[in-house]
Amino acid sequence: MTQVVVLDYGSGNVRSAVRALEHVGAQVTLTADPALVLAADGLLVPGVGNFHACMAGLTAVRAGLLIGRRLAGGRPVLGVCVGMQVLFDGSAEPSPQPLPGLGEWPGRVTRLTAPVVPHMGWSTVDAPPGSVLFDAVAGERFYFVHSYAAQTWELPPPDDTFAAVAPSVTWASHGGPFIAAVENGPLAATQFHPEKSGDAGLTLLENWIRSLRTS
Amino acid sequence: MLVAVAVRVIPCLDVDAGRVVKGVNFESLRDAGDPVELAERYGRLGADELTFLDVTASSAGRDTMVEVVRRTAEQVFIPLTVGGGVRTLDDVDRLLRAGADKVGINTGAIARPEVIAEIADRFGSQVLVLSADVRRAAGGFEVTTHGGRTSAGLEATAWCVRAQELGAGEILLNSMDADGTKDGFDLELIEAVRREVTIPVIASGGAGRLEHFAPAVRAGADAVLAASVFHFGELTIGEVKRALAADGIPVRLT
Repeated sequence: MTQVVVLDYGSGNVRSAVRALEHVGAQVTLTADPALVLAADGLLVPGVGNFHACMAGLTAVRAGLLIGRRLAGGRPVLGVCVGMQVLFDGSAEPSPQPLPGLGEWPGRVTRLTAPVVPHMGWSTVDAPPGSVLFDAVAGERFYFVHSYAAQTWELPPPDDTFAAVAPSVTWASHGGPFIAAVENGPLAATQFHPEKSGDAGLTLLENWIRSLRTS
Repeated sequence: MLVAVAVRVIPCLDVDAGRVVKGVNFESLRDAGDPVELAERYGRLGADELTFLDVTASSAGRDTMVEVVRRTAEQVFIPLTVGGGVRTLDDVDRLLRAGADKVGINTGAIARPEVIAEIADRFGSQVLVLSADVRRAAGGFEVTTHGGRTSAGLEATAWCVRAQELGAGEILLNSMDADGTKDGFDLELIEAVRREVTIPVIASGGAGRLEHFAPAVRAGADAVLAASVFHFGELTIGEVKRALAADGIPVRLT
């Protein structure tokens, strides 16, 4: 059975993520134990609330090191909501104790500019052809709740130096375009909550679980 | 093409000591009083979100509510809001840990508005729904307590603005005048609040017929909430969504 760790660092409602992954057939452990985090077939990094508060929690469990080690070994990581935002360099979200992000991807998370913020509800996405995560659900709506997002994709395209696969970037829109999901080798992330996105979200998680068995 | 966020259609269940009150008239339910079974059913029927309103008076009953939330979050994979009797950070913490995504606060915020900022600072604005029971008063709208019977001495739009400034992430706007009438939402109330706040507004109170929903959205509602019309099978969530869609309003069709 596919083993998934949901990273436990004090972030809000993680129970739903655990249950949703179990629902699609994963064996799930909620922990920050480094050995278990490194050994799992997949690591889900949740995150709700303030970017910097999440970074403080992640720093306390040395998440940057653990995620970096997993990625160096090609072992999959999925960030969800603020768990996606922390993969960028930083965030414009206010905080009395601002912290940098994990910097796996260049760029900063900025505030949405729509008339109504937070963006709260079900939105469509524009997934590129060949997306693994959105297989069979590219036309569905997913549940978002956020006021900040990555609104530019700044990772340079792969050149001939490395045999890198171009990342698959999925966009959505609320006031303007923002990044709804990224699939970049073993590192993937969604700004929406697949564990709260009904059948479409469960299918997306199932797609991720299936990809773990073959990676 | 990317379209706007879908207008959410939200059924609300009143729960007393772990049991749904006012009954729900669905066929083929094993237990029409079980909020978990009803939540699961509504999820399958296309609800975009669920709201539980805890109307329990006793504190022992509140522990029961936490258990209901826990069991619901085990098997329903759409957002769950829980309101009723929330006053402290601990109340919020318990509900979020049990699996609630958002927590509604009403009288607790009137009694001590700073609790809004405390909750938002600790858990984020996205968890906090300010629930306001509003009635018409001379020259405008006022906030009430005790099921609409008592004035809280607050002008409604100013209270919503204050709640937003303190960190509320959303407003559940209950019209106590329209509630139970099935004559339609209080559109002027929705417009008045929409003009003043930039956070999402959920319209509640007065839904009776399919044609009531689109005007609420045009008046500025980001979501529409109803209880009895769904529970008694007078309208289905699918019918409401199809009516909205026919009016050119984006919805999530399942």
